[in-house]
Amino acid sequence: MSLFDFFRRSSAPIARERLQVLLAHERIARSKPDLLGLLREEILAVIARHVSFEPDKVQIKLDRGVSVSTLEVDIEIPSGLPAT
Amino acid sequence: MSQVLVVTSGKGGVGKTTSTAALGAALAHDGAKVVVIDFDVGLRNLDLVLGAERRVVFDLINVISGVAKLPQALIRDKRLENLFLLPASQTRDKDALSEDGVAKVIEELRTKFDWIICDSPAGIERGATLAMRYADAAIIVTNPEVSSVRDSDRIIGLLDSKTVKAERGERVDKHLLITRYDSSRAARGEMMSIDDVLEILSTPLLGIIPESEEVLRASNVGSPVTLNNALSAPARAYFDAARRLKGEEIPMLVPSKGYRFLNKLFGRKAA
Repeated sequence: MSLFDFFRRSSAPIARERLQVLLAHERIARSKPDLLGLLREEILAVIARHVSFEPDKVQIKLDRGVSVSTLEVDIEIPSGLPAT
Repeated sequence: MSQVLVVTSGKGGVGKTTSTAALGAALAHDGAKVVVIDFDVGLRNLDLVLGAERRVVFDLINVISGVAKLPQALIRDKRLENLFLLPASQTRDKDALSEDGVAKVIEELRTKFDWIICDSPAGIERGATLAMRYADAAIIVTNPEVSSVRDSDRIIGLLDSKTVKAERGERVDKHLLITRYDSSRAARGEMMSIDDVLEILSTPLLGIIPESEEVLRASNVGSPVTLNNALSAPARAYFDAARRLKGEEIPMLVPSKGYRFLNKLFGRKAA
């Protein structure tokens, strides 16, 4: 049995872990609104009140983990200076 | 007392219709009066799996709209005289399936049958929510595979919130039926085990149906697997599951492929 076979064979524990993480979040999301989604919308709304930015210059990354989740909002704000 | 069961899953192709036919036939074989209802409006298939496709005259929507009386639409199985089918309509108009209409049909069936088994369509749209709406108990059909388990979790959430029983503050009894299980692949770590699935879904186990050629063979000829080859591994697993539904305590066997005759005794209590 090659090393490749060894790793390929134990895919079931990966399936179990991925499901446990995913379902933990989805079960919470069913009972209350999605916190990270709410934060994303409100953060963007606050920034939009003060500066205008192009919606396609906003990058949002979300990573849901077991104990910690991260929301990364990267907004390119124009400086008001002409482009060089 | 009649029992209204919904056979549901969220995901398609996991074995809802096969299981509805097999369990319905198993319960009827043991003497109960059973009706199976196809809720998959527009894509009916329970008639085909039961071998009654050429005898469909009226359907569920005809009964709801008053075109036909319920006894006219019920098709008696050719093999078991106490097994009946109420087919789905082939119409594309899903709105024809009204909540009040379904409620009336189920109430009328309750007076005539011991078991009313609703075969849910895949998804979480109208047909699926109406199939579970009036259920006393639910059979959640799951394959040991990530998308099926995820969808089952979603369906369990709906059973706990969108059914009449749930809205009254009662509980719909939930039973997990794991289908297409391959014990040798699970032993090699290629497939989630029964314990994995039970741990994730925390729902009592009704039965384990092994992956088997017999299932396709039975549907090819239009016969529930429990009638087509009653001694085959999937048929025996369905018969055991049917008896557990009736409240009998049957040891949970993990079925293995036909040529490996050693069944591993699991000792887990049934649902």
